[in-house]
Amino acid sequence: MDSETLLARITDYASRPDPYPLYAELREAGPVVWQAGGNCLIGGYHHVAALLHDPRMSADPRTGGELGHKPPFLRLDDPEHHRLRNLAMRPFGPPHSPGRVDGMRGEIRRITEELMTSFEPGRQVDIVDDFAYPLPVTVICRLLGVPHEDEPLFRAWSDVLVTAADVRPDADSTESDKAGDQARIEMGGYLLELAERRRGKPSEDMLGAFVNEPDPALRLTQEELAETAVLLLIAGHETTVNLITNGVLTLLRRPDSLDLLRREPHLLPSAVEELLRYEPPVHMRERIPHADIDIAGTTIPRGTSVVLALASGNRDPKRFHEPDRFDPARPDNQHLGFGGGIHLCYGAPLARLEAQAALGALLPHLGTAGLVQDPPPYRQNAMLRGPRHLHVQF
Amino acid sequence: MADDLKSGRIVVVGASLAGLRAAEKLREEGFTGSLTVVGDEPHVPYDRPPLSKQVLLGQATADTTELPVRRNADAEWRLGVRATGVDLTAKRVLLADGESLPYDRLLITTGTRARPWPNPEEAGLAGVFTLRTREDAAGLSERLSAGPERVLVIGAGFTGSEIASACRERGLEVTVAERGPAPLVGALGGTLSKLAAVMHRNHGVDLRTGVTVTALNGNGAFTGAQLSDGSRVEADVCVVALGAVRNVEWLADSGLAADPRGIACDAGCRAFNMYGIVTDDVFVAGDVSRFPHPLFGYQMLSLEHWGNAVEQAEVAAHNMVNPGPLRRPHLAVPVFWSTQFGLNIKSVGVPTYSDHLVIAQGSLEARRLAMVYGFKGRVTAAVTVDMAKSLDYYRHLIETGAPFPPPPGAADRPIAADVPVPSDVPDPSVLSHGPTVALTGHLPDRRLTVV
Repeated sequence: MDSETLLARITDYASRPDPYPLYAELREAGPVVWQAGGNCLIGGYHHVAALLHDPRMSADPRTGGELGHKPPFLRLDDPEHHRLRNLAMRPFGPPHSPGRVDGMRGEIRRITEELMTSFEPGRQVDIVDDFAYPLPVTVICRLLGVPHEDEPLFRAWSDVLVTAADVRPDADSTESDKAGDQARIEMGGYLLELAERRRGKPSEDMLGAFVNEPDPALRLTQEELAETAVLLLIAGHETTVNLITNGVLTLLRRPDSLDLLRREPHLLPSAVEELLRYEPPVHMRERIPHADIDIAGTTIPRGTSVVLALASGNRDPKRFHEPDRFDPARPDNQHLGFGGGIHLCYGAPLARLEAQAALGALLPHLGTAGLVQDPPPYRQNAMLRGPRHLHVQF
Repeated sequence: MADDLKSGRIVVVGASLAGLRAAEKLREEGFTGSLTVVGDEPHVPYDRPPLSKQVLLGQATADTTELPVRRNADAEWRLGVRATGVDLTAKRVLLADGESLPYDRLLITTGTRARPWPNPEEAGLAGVFTLRTREDAAGLSERLSAGPERVLVIGAGFTGSEIASACRERGLEVTVAERGPAPLVGALGGTLSKLAAVMHRNHGVDLRTGVTVTALNGNGAFTGAQLSDGSRVEADVCVVALGAVRNVEWLADSGLAADPRGIACDAGCRAFNMYGIVTDDVFVAGDVSRFPHPLFGYQMLSLEHWGNAVEQAEVAAHNMVNPGPLRRPHLAVPVFWSTQFGLNIKSVGVPTYSDHLVIAQGSLEARRLAMVYGFKGRVTAAVTVDMAKSLDYYRHLIETGAPFPPPPGAADRPIAADVPVPSDVPDPSVLSHGPTVALTGHLPDRRLTVV
């Protein structure tokens, strides 16, 4: 088939259950595969990794000529990206809050156990709605300081925003962009108000830490605070849900791997890394070169939209031995599941902890569990790929 | 033949990072024979980088830096005994306790030791330290905890600078004496050394450059030092950080190509004998080796780097148990890091193998930058300050011999990126610290005169 239509075929909803043959076709078609829409698609591990680290690649949509507001740090370039990411990191990770994520182990375990109380033999549960979604949502709500009962409210905004941010081959995105802008403003306003209530009242959560920062040089502006809080709330739950659900799906499809993990639970951290390689929660990221760049003899002009297929790089036989095999004990597993370079996933330590806790707690129950529907129904989103429901019979 | 290599007797002399990783790798590669690891220190292999950082800061004690074990090496560990020689004909390693160990293949990973203060009497004063071993770090850390009036650090290379940084972080007064024009100049050249000098002074270090220490004073205990400019520093602790000496003396009569610059070996880690003929049963890895690197004109590199010790040990182990066609070259691009004065400094490539450099990203003012080094129009090294995530990009440029200066396009590219300046790599003989990366052949600009 025509390689020009690869992105269209990958993002086609019909490909959601198994896009991997298309990624193989992508790697076969060359390091740089031009698409009918004028953008280009890159799927080889070494090229994707190189471009993730290339300081000439912009994450800022405005580099491609797009007009609009200043995005959150996920889609900013250095030095502004660095400044904002560092400020956002202060209440979350080292060097200022080194024990923060690790200190959440107990809480994550308690939430996991609470969610599992209804998982009894004979019952059918939806792993997504009953487990993999509520766990990270509860965690990120407590971490940020967002009332859990507001979930229906921010879930609606979040749905609109991730749809607007999805990778599209060429379709007109004016409508979804407009809806996205509206949702972003509303969600930002909502989070600002939550933060405002904490002003002057020290609290353990991150919104409180942001508004009560004593050093003016380290304070986020209102606009920055809104963008950052929206980003953290969305990224904190839209991705981990895929990781956990894909984990359950993968293990139920592979009884030998499930047996191995039940016998040797110390392999769990390594199994989660393998999941991030084998079924990554984020399949693609977009970048735009600031200058003409050469890749293996092909020139990509400045301003071109370049789609980096992380999930394809993760299955590249030039990097991984038997890439289509799920190997929970895989050595040398430097996957692209968290991206790479300066935008390497901010929440990776938390996501790892959540996935390890969730899968670890489920392991004893999965031996007698079965998939009700395989493949399960998937979410619409091509970039944040994962099942919408995963019905399991215990 | 291939099966023979998986069995037999292997002796590893040197029980630190390179020796441990090699032993593990030998088993991973399927070696089933007998494996003996000899180390002159009485300890199981331990990690040294924390000794000048966390240990001096009091965040960890010196006896807690044991290296993690990746797999059971199933080796006989002969710790606390020094190897005194090797008989290449009889294929035996001689030990200080009179015993000798027969081998079929030998791996030498004896590393380096701290260069001692040249005057033994002055070096013996209470309060005078070097920093290389666990005992050194424990003693110095204890002394720093006792709250000395002032610490004198001799030599402003990476170790000296890290010690000064740790002292300042603990609120101790520090004087640093450096023979060169600025700290780190030997490893990183002129521009970054100026930033290093600013960092020292901004953090309250009394930095004296262009001076040497001519005498350590004291009657039993160290009380101060005499400098070449006629001044005197009153201090009660002195740390001699004058670089490292390779542990090769035990090989003096062996017939191997071992000299103060290290043991010469080929790209496959096989040692040369003194005639320049490669051996096939003696291998070398880690700080004690020097090896040709094609990216740097096949000059013999000596690296005192944690990462090199691991990678070279693994290549050596692989080659010890695999026949010729399956052997691998040690081609890894050198990488090292340092933390000091709140900055994370990382280097890739060989900064001293350069004639020019540019600031490709960030700025000196922001204390956050990527400095790219070039030699004869190609990229040979990069050093980042608080910008480590860019390092992979520059490593790729080095590996592919990309043109220098690097192409434009980075969002945080300063105007300075258009202006390559001389890299100002000094002649190592004017420094009190040896460069961490050494071109042991000759300086790049002198290559032109060598035919």
